[in-house]
Amino acid sequence: MSDTNTQVRDAAGVDLDNPNLTRFDIVREGARRDGVEIVHYEPQYAPGSKGEKRMTRIVAFFFLLTGIMSTLFVIAFIWWPWEYELGPHASKYYTPVLGLTLGLALVGVGLGILTWGKKLLPHEIAIQERHDGPSSPEEQKLTGSTLQFIGAEMGLGRRPILKWSLLGLAPLGLAAAAVPIGALIKDPHHPDILFKTGFAGATRANPIRLMHDDGTLVRPEEVSTGGQITVFPNIPGGASNHYADSPTLLIHLREEDAALLNGRLYSINQNSPWSSFVAYSKICTHAGCPASLYEQQTNRLLCPCHQSQFLITDNARPIFGPATRSLPMLPISVDKEGYLVAVGDYKVPVGPAFWEKD
Amino acid sequence: MKRRKVDLKALPGKTAQEVDTRLPVATPLRGILNKVFPDHWSFLLGEIALFSFIILLLTGTFLALFFEPSLQEVHYNGSYLPLQGVQMSRAYETALDLSFDVRGGLIMRQMHHWAALLFMAAIVVHMFRIFMTGAFRKPREINWIIGLSMFWLGFTEGFAGYSLPDDALSGTGLRIASAIMLSIPVIGSWVTTSLFGGEFPGEIILSRLYILHVFLLPLILLALVSIHVGLVFVQKHTQWPGPGRTNKNVVGERMFPRYAIKQGGFFMLVFAVIALMGGLFQINPIWLFGPYEAAVVSAGSQPDWYVMFLDGSTRLMPAWDIRFLGYNIPPLFWPTVVLPGILTVLPMAYPWIEARWKKDKASHNLLQRPRDVPDRTGLAAMALAFYLVLTISGGNDIFADKFHISLNAMTWAGRIGLLILPPLAYYFARRLALGLQQHDREVLAHGVETGIIKRLPDGRFVEVHQPLAAPDEHGHTDLPYVGWTVPKKMNRLGALGPAVRGFFRPIEQPAPPQQEEQPREEITSGKS
Repeated sequence: MSDTNTQVRDAAGVDLDNPNLTRFDIVREGARRDGVEIVHYEPQYAPGSKGEKRMTRIVAFFFLLTGIMSTLFVIAFIWWPWEYELGPHASKYYTPVLGLTLGLALVGVGLGILTWGKKLLPHEIAIQERHDGPSSPEEQKLTGSTLQFIGAEMGLGRRPILKWSLLGLAPLGLAAAAVPIGALIKDPHHPDILFKTGFAGATRANPIRLMHDDGTLVRPEEVSTGGQITVFPNIPGGASNHYADSPTLLIHLREEDAALLNGRLYSINQNSPWSSFVAYSKICTHAGCPASLYEQQTNRLLCPCHQSQFLITDNARPIFGPATRSLPMLPISVDKEGYLVAVGDYKVPVGPAFWEKD
Repeated sequence: MKRRKVDLKALPGKTAQEVDTRLPVATPLRGILNKVFPDHWSFLLGEIALFSFIILLLTGTFLALFFEPSLQEVHYNGSYLPLQGVQMSRAYETALDLSFDVRGGLIMRQMHHWAALLFMAAIVVHMFRIFMTGAFRKPREINWIIGLSMFWLGFTEGFAGYSLPDDALSGTGLRIASAIMLSIPVIGSWVTTSLFGGEFPGEIILSRLYILHVFLLPLILLALVSIHVGLVFVQKHTQWPGPGRTNKNVVGERMFPRYAIKQGGFFMLVFAVIALMGGLFQINPIWLFGPYEAAVVSAGSQPDWYVMFLDGSTRLMPAWDIRFLGYNIPPLFWPTVVLPGILTVLPMAYPWIEARWKKDKASHNLLQRPRDVPDRTGLAAMALAFYLVLTISGGNDIFADKFHISLNAMTWAGRIGLLILPPLAYYFARRLALGLQQHDREVLAHGVETGIIKRLPDGRFVEVHQPLAAPDEHGHTDLPYVGWTVPKKMNRLGALGPAVRGFFRPIEQPAPPQQEEQPREEITSGKS
């Protein structure tokens, strides 16, 4: 095909009204006027050949597959039991069946189109000239002068007062920025939310009881030696995400470990443990995840997010990983009725560090 | 009444003429139809990202019809029995409803998530292709920068989407994000409380992430995608070197019909893969994680894969705290704010860095094979090694658990590996590139290796080469090195017959050995 009608191809300017022109000649001429030369154009199969018929059948098969699979998809979508049932049930296969039918339907149309394009359409090689690089110096000069002239027309250089008065527009930008910033901005220090938890306000005279996440109060007997539980301040919503900085780990140390801890308490943690019970903030001082994996044998607390490790028997000092600060200790005691209580808030801010946190 | 005759055959032509009278489109339309695109499989990686993005818009719009980004406390009353009566946020409840009480909601959720993972994967692989082949060079620096911006926008978009369902994993991720913001010097606490409307988690964050996720970021992404593809269109696609291909032309196929049809078919296949994955492979089963509670986390909590490298950098960071005058910069700041900053600015500046380094200020439309620019290939390998160490470290607890390695050893291996492996990767990739280049040059000079050893009359053994062109008196061919594939296997004119075709069984019988054929003298020279 590439060599057919060569009699008109090589003509410098093709006469489009020439009755001898084939449609392909006109296409080629159009391409040439767009800077595209079709240098090779060759059908992959002779028209009506066995190979062409085979490819046509394959394309038709793929489209038929799409038709069948799409129908199955619609049928499954409507009639397959889809509402959740506990245990083994056909509804568990609803999503896989939808995915399979839809996926195969799309595979069919995709492969059909690709086979059509790649196998049934002629091979071609076309060459297009690139016109990149800068514009011609003449064009550059014309446009550059136009721009400069616009600048001169505005006359800022000649009218200095105008130039200075433009500064007066600056507050308009400020006004535009002020609305979103002013509305969004929230002072973290008034009230000092980053330095307080749900235990704020607890004192020796007026303690806050500890509770489980279901709201029941905590007695020391509930925690076996070497065990740990998560406790919350017994205030309204104390276990909810509203007090996301308040979850506390209550640990019942073995006697010897308690002695070890008491021997090296930081001054800020003096009198904070009660008997052999110690309470640490559960919020990791690195990135705020709950540092909840407690290794009973080694007395280490591991944060599962970034693997910081804290030594329970040494003020929860970080001993491995990216954390740099000890977990804050909650001062605890037991009230007259035998419930565990917090007798003060954490003495250092709970959770990840920030600029103002010394 | 006169009956009007409509000539159906003339209708399309007439319509076209009517349109052209109003909008003269004939010339520009033909220009688009005839636009030539070069073809190569590696040019389709970016398309996967584009197609995934379209699927993300479609499935995302469906999800938005049912999802409510509210942190209002509710008690679950849907069909998933194990969570009946559990206190949760409205966002988590509607995400559960999407999975259990909306017909076809689960497959849409899973397709959306898989498409997001594929979107980011395609971006990363496409970016590597662009870098390793030098497609970022002048005049395409702007598109390189737009592409890099889209990586980070997609990253943020993905993270915002991951945070919306308010399940245990997304809440934990959000808490880490708040800690990252807190770690910024001077303004950290102000930024965090302003964004969260108070202390973490507050009540407004999901609404803000939602508008970011479904409106602002997709809008910016859509605009950048349009500019990105538009610039490829205007500047014309780069092409590999080869016969007839120069810096001044594009050799390929016209856009219509063949190129466009192939693109359409490829889109359907990407769509198909995402539909199959969305239906058959479970992803993010939020009903198993439970609602977010500040006190609850499970071991093995991993972010989506494209966040893992920053999770890894956070895990590897040594506990270095900078404190002075009552202020401090926490160690979290360096791997999560400074590192991404470097990873944004450095690659964006790279086209100019390389131009200055290689003293090459020319425009390039021909691509380079990785072997032809060993320094750049080395840098790419270096970046890849850096990235892989970080990504593996992002799951180092899983590796430690599955392979029974000490977790602390994994962390130390990551720290040391991060410093040692990238330079090693640079060295080996560079040597590999030089070696491959050398081999190409050898074939051009001597010909293709045949594997046939010839014994010369004086007893020496030499290997027979099949020259690519007529050799000179020394047996050398003087072919120019053009930076394109050199044949490495003997063609069918070689000494051996063609290989038998067929994958599982031969689809044609090998030719029976011909009886009358005499063995070639020079091969069986042992006869004497």
